[in-house]
Amino acid sequence: MNQNSSTIRVLLAGVGGQGTILAADLLAKTAIASGYQVKLSEIHGMSQRGGSVTTVVNIGREVHSMVIGEGEADYLLAFETTEALRNLPFLAPAGKLYANDVQISPLPVLTGKASMPTMPAARLAERGCHLVDAHELAVKAGSPKCANVVLLGALSTGMPFSAEVWEEQIRSKVPEKTIEANIAAFRLGRDSVEVA
Amino acid sequence: MELLSGNEAIAQGAWEAGCSIGVGYPGTPSTETLESFAKKEGVYAEWCPNEKVALEVAVGASAAGARVIATMKHVGVNVAADPLFTAAYTGVGGGMLVLAADDPGMHSSQNEQDSRYYALAARIPIIEPSDSQEALLFAKDAFGLSEEFDIPFLMRSTVRVSHAKTPTEPSGRTEHVRKEYVKDPSKWVMMPAYAKGRRIDLDARWQRLREWAEECPYNTVEMRDTAMGVVCSGAVYQHVRDALPNASVFKLGVTWPLPEAKLKQFREDVDKLYCIDEASPFISSHVAALGIRIDEMPGSLPPYGELSPRAIRIAFDQQVPEAEQAQPNLPPRPPALCAGCPHRLVFKELVRAKCIVTGDIGCYTLGALPPLSALDSTVDMGASISMAHGFELALANEDHSPVVAVIGDSTFAHSGLTSLLNTAYNQGCGTVCILDNRTTGMTGHQGNPVNGKTLQGRVTRELDLEAVVTSLGVDDVRTVNPNDMKATREAIKEATQATDRLSVIVFRSPCVLLRDSFVVQNPYYINASCTGCGSCISLGCPAIAKDAETGSATIDTSSCVGCGQCAQYCGFHAIEQS
Repeated sequence: MNQNSSTIRVLLAGVGGQGTILAADLLAKTAIASGYQVKLSEIHGMSQRGGSVTTVVNIGREVHSMVIGEGEADYLLAFETTEALRNLPFLAPAGKLYANDVQISPLPVLTGKASMPTMPAARLAERGCHLVDAHELAVKAGSPKCANVVLLGALSTGMPFSAEVWEEQIRSKVPEKTIEANIAAFRLGRDSVEVA
Repeated sequence: MELLSGNEAIAQGAWEAGCSIGVGYPGTPSTETLESFAKKEGVYAEWCPNEKVALEVAVGASAAGARVIATMKHVGVNVAADPLFTAAYTGVGGGMLVLAADDPGMHSSQNEQDSRYYALAARIPIIEPSDSQEALLFAKDAFGLSEEFDIPFLMRSTVRVSHAKTPTEPSGRTEHVRKEYVKDPSKWVMMPAYAKGRRIDLDARWQRLREWAEECPYNTVEMRDTAMGVVCSGAVYQHVRDALPNASVFKLGVTWPLPEAKLKQFREDVDKLYCIDEASPFISSHVAALGIRIDEMPGSLPPYGELSPRAIRIAFDQQVPEAEQAQPNLPPRPPALCAGCPHRLVFKELVRAKCIVTGDIGCYTLGALPPLSALDSTVDMGASISMAHGFELALANEDHSPVVAVIGDSTFAHSGLTSLLNTAYNQGCGTVCILDNRTTGMTGHQGNPVNGKTLQGRVTRELDLEAVVTSLGVDDVRTVNPNDMKATREAIKEATQATDRLSVIVFRSPCVLLRDSFVVQNPYYINASCTGCGSCISLGCPAIAKDAETGSATIDTSSCVGCGQCAQYCGFHAIEQS
């Protein structure tokens, strides 16, 4: 919890097209179903063409601001390790960090004008990061498209909502054909943190 | 309770108020308002070619007695400003609400202008919600208020209202009975004789609006510690509550006219008074103009960009959480043209032909970024064509690079038509490339006159671009598939060679994200012949990467859509389709 209030601030960071907005919606619905007030803020537009994307979910008994400043995120859920590193300044000193163990090269790297960070896992580990191989676990769950729900599973271990409420929201939000895979993905993501 | 975005809440409020007609032009962060409204029961909604047209449709619908909403982004209000100013004079028949969605911080815009200055300049009241629940209530009330005061109402939102989802309580719709239309030239014919009368009447209406603002429940005073009082509005109010939880707060829900007496009373009730403004000094300058003394903050707020609780804490010398330094040497991740984007080769070839390229507003503005780096300018909707004409005029008497305007299909319909008419009419020269990708791409694939898709799915006809361009007076018109390198190169060469006449190239190929018309083909791959020359890399396709060790190219088959653009640039037959 943030030192200045009882608001839980969650920053989701990734790359356009990774499903950060669906994950943020599921988190918001779970928090509401658990009796909290929620504000969710996302940036559309230019960011959709493969650029960096961030979504904020602020949760509490009475939530005011819908943004997160540097050093204020109680949780940072990163869908890619470079985006995890990029958003580290937003993480509160005692904040929890979960990151998808994948690197996605942006255009300046693809064209050889910039390079990817070296040893991202080691740098993230210094901040106590839970690294999750979301793709592998999603495939194991039945669909690589569920990687975002694997990551939610990992995040859920640190949050004050019961697994039942999470799973209820997943069931009601995802397409019917994908419910089983998404539930399995959520549980594998959860186990990846709890077992580790 | 539902978690609605501000845009969805505005649409819901309009619907609940019995608003039956919605018009607008897509633009971030306003777009979802009209899209959401269009899906509701018993309403008519349409995308218009531009915001001026939309607002005029709205004025007409209002004159005829219907409740109507017009939606646009902040820069769209510039386009709509002409009818807006005079609509203050005419007033309304049915209630009329105009949404101006501002973008402080410029997440997706070319400037961060503050739409509240339009309220001031046009003498139109403006309301400003601070979350989705207020957005719903304000929108719902606005139509009745508009009728009561015989004036359109403006609503200002920002990204953090329009695109924030907050708890909202929707309810049912109250049908509005259309006011009967009665011909009244003294109200609706704004020729000088009548306009002078309406100008006097406008002041009388404003006298009543000022009185209303004093009592309006949208302006709320929250008394806490009287040592400090803060005046603010919109999403900034939410940041203030986090940053200064003990401060007394005057939350302005009506930011023009300002509630003068109530603000003066608040000044009396607190020891120190501060105005917290985001990206423009609108509130502080107008509160000061009322003769209200404003105290200086210990620190300062950023004069541009978005505010946050942290920025406010810093301005008040409060402790903020320690943030660690940004990680060094992280690669930037700018947005990029998609793999297979039909705009890519046009930019590649324009650079190759050493053209001066005046750009426009849309996905293709991304052609300005490396490695294509193709654009010389981007200013506003339609400016590519008119600016190209200006370049040609200034460079007329000397040898110069070919001047080429690049504009998308929706932007051409929005403002390009009149610009092209000007160049043709004045016997200008140069080349205009219309990138017809069959949709309004950047804002999320809306219909437009060129693709012949309408907001509520009504059947219509597509605008015949070649025919309209010919009718405007352009003789040299050709249509080219922009995925064909040779045809694109040849067309640009031929069109730009004739330096004494105006030419238009229509590059037509669907956006790769249009799943109903773009067909994904088998992906390409790099074979052993790759020499690492970098030719394909220079296209800036996100599916092609340069191997850091070998220098040769690789193609990510999962993101390649099989357009084959890159294979045409390979001199070594190293790119093959699988």
